[in-house]
Amino acid sequence: MNSIVLAVVGVAMMILGYLLYSKFVARRIYKLQDSFVTPAHELGDGVDYVPTNKYVLWGHHFTSVAGAAPIVGPAIAVIWGWVPAFLWVTLGTVFFAGVHDLGALWASNRHQGKSIGSLSGKYIGHRGRNLFLVVIFLVLLMVNAAFAVVISNLLVGTPTSVIPTWGAIVVALLIGQAVYRYRWNLAVVSVVGVVALYALILLGDRFPVVLPETVLGLPANAFWIVVLFVYAGIASVLPVWMLLQPRDYINGLQLFIALGILYGAVLISAPTVVAPAFNESVPAGTPSIVPLLFVTIACGAISGFHGIVASGTSSKQLDKETDARFVGYFGAVGEGLLALGAIIATTAGFRTIADWEAVYSAFGQGGVAAFVQGGASVVNSGLGIPPSLSATILATMAVLFAATTMDTGIRLQRFVVQEAGHIMGVTIGKVVATLIVLAVAMGLTFSAGADGSGGMLIWPLFGTSNQLLAGLTLSMIAVILLRKGRPVLPVLVPLVFLLVMSVYALIVQLGQFWAAENWFLLVLDVIILIAAVWVIFESAIAMSQARKNPPELDEEPLPSTAGRDRSL
Amino acid sequence: MSLPERWRTARARLGAGLREFYAAPYRRTFARAQRDEEDLFMMLVLSEALGVPNPASYYTVELLPVVYDRFHDWHRRMGMERSPLEHISCC
Repeated sequence: MNSIVLAVVGVAMMILGYLLYSKFVARRIYKLQDSFVTPAHELGDGVDYVPTNKYVLWGHHFTSVAGAAPIVGPAIAVIWGWVPAFLWVTLGTVFFAGVHDLGALWASNRHQGKSIGSLSGKYIGHRGRNLFLVVIFLVLLMVNAAFAVVISNLLVGTPTSVIPTWGAIVVALLIGQAVYRYRWNLAVVSVVGVVALYALILLGDRFPVVLPETVLGLPANAFWIVVLFVYAGIASVLPVWMLLQPRDYINGLQLFIALGILYGAVLISAPTVVAPAFNESVPAGTPSIVPLLFVTIACGAISGFHGIVASGTSSKQLDKETDARFVGYFGAVGEGLLALGAIIATTAGFRTIADWEAVYSAFGQGGVAAFVQGGASVVNSGLGIPPSLSATILATMAVLFAATTMDTGIRLQRFVVQEAGHIMGVTIGKVVATLIVLAVAMGLTFSAGADGSGGMLIWPLFGTSNQLLAGLTLSMIAVILLRKGRPVLPVLVPLVFLLVMSVYALIVQLGQFWAAENWFLLVLDVIILIAAVWVIFESAIAMSQARKNPPELDEEPLPSTAGRDRSL
Repeated sequence: MSLPERWRTARARLGAGLREFYAAPYRRTFARAQRDEEDLFMMLVLSEALGVPNPASYYTVELLPVVYDRFHDWHRRMGMERSPLEHISCC
């Protein structure tokens, strides 16, 4: 099987999904209208509500939702063979993620740009809103823990990525200074920043940094995990203009470049897919494909996190309601393309099936390391870049994605801790809140041993929480559609599928954690299971009530329940 | 449109797009930071009136008429439902 077929068929499916299915959904289900005055115009304040060009907004949306997760998930899931991962990513993007992301954008746009949390309070009730907060807290917690392990494994496995990884922070700090202090031209700064980043990649490739087996009494990867948490803690309390903003920016540019490199290399070299279509001899201990595939690949197929971005910022910037189709649905397609790239790299980037099986020797063994190894081979044969340098480029790309998500995740969770303290009548300072967040995330990471393997054990749990979040958003969209008397099947099918798979996966994992006597993850699993049952319960009640309530007329704007939402 | 003009327009569009791409995700954060700074400034200006000795009040008293317009929003943000100053009955 030639990987170019995989790339062409996959891209064609997603593009056709955008051209045909999204048109159907936008016209018949969400009924997007150019004449609708969007919140960006109605409530324009120059801060949150700003009409934005749809291509720029797509750029924001896409780079905000795309992180390391669409690489990690597929890179683990190909252990069951490339066909299941390919089908779930392509069909998931077209029929699940696109409908979900576009729906979240539409629902928020029709309600003064309110966040999904706020809307779930209105449509699913106050319990629905609390539930939303619980699930988002769990997702953020697991992102921080899992991504720290992903990065540390990459730094140990690809020592050439150490210099560009830490050097990127210096580049970002300099960009921040150049833009705000010296007011340099941004286009020039962007070019210089990207060139500097790639110069660091060249430097890193020349001077790999290999740590001794133990540093300060810690294994090398545990040492990196601790350093990463310390860094992320500091980064999250620094003024955003100094580090987070330029880091997000340079990472966004890097995303487009890296995607171009990967797909360009595939098109030129057209490597053969050596991995089996369906792996019938999975390593011992690999869980069943159903339901684990559908939570192992969350981002890249469907992700609840997208709803937060869509309703938190993107909906407030829509110039025209019809732009939602391009921004929301095509944003999901962008992430699907990243996941497809990861599938191709991890299945076609190996010379023989024996090489592939050596990497995928146990469940969770492939992951980002396989993406870097396989992707490097593809880039090398396609663009002629030396294998080591190709690996450094891809490892740096994955690290930057994971690290920027981690920085933001810790910052967001700090706000949640401070807010929780406020509710309990305790004022928690910035530093103390950050320390609490770091302590919990590190506890989770090291819950299964000093090597930080707990961070990867929770990966499917992260997927489950993310799918629950998506389920919550879909159920809210379904309720709105029912209230409007519109067809609900395109939303209901993904919703039911996600909830069934999530609960099933949680029960399977419960057994695994019980057998491994990992009580910490077992408790976490039980919490998410309770949340899942709760989501199902609340969704069913809300939908049943929605059918009984009088229909909402499209022409009449819905009454606002509260002031302008600024929670997310 | 001539070629140089087209080039200039395209460059301006690209520049505007890049600026938007850079600034927009953090616009709210900056707006909040600016508001926090202004709140602190309000507190400094009003400190003497609130009973807190302020060595700079000789200078800040001149600013009182300027900040009156923003006073109501400020005291509500500070968690005081009603005006804490007897001589300013904004609510």
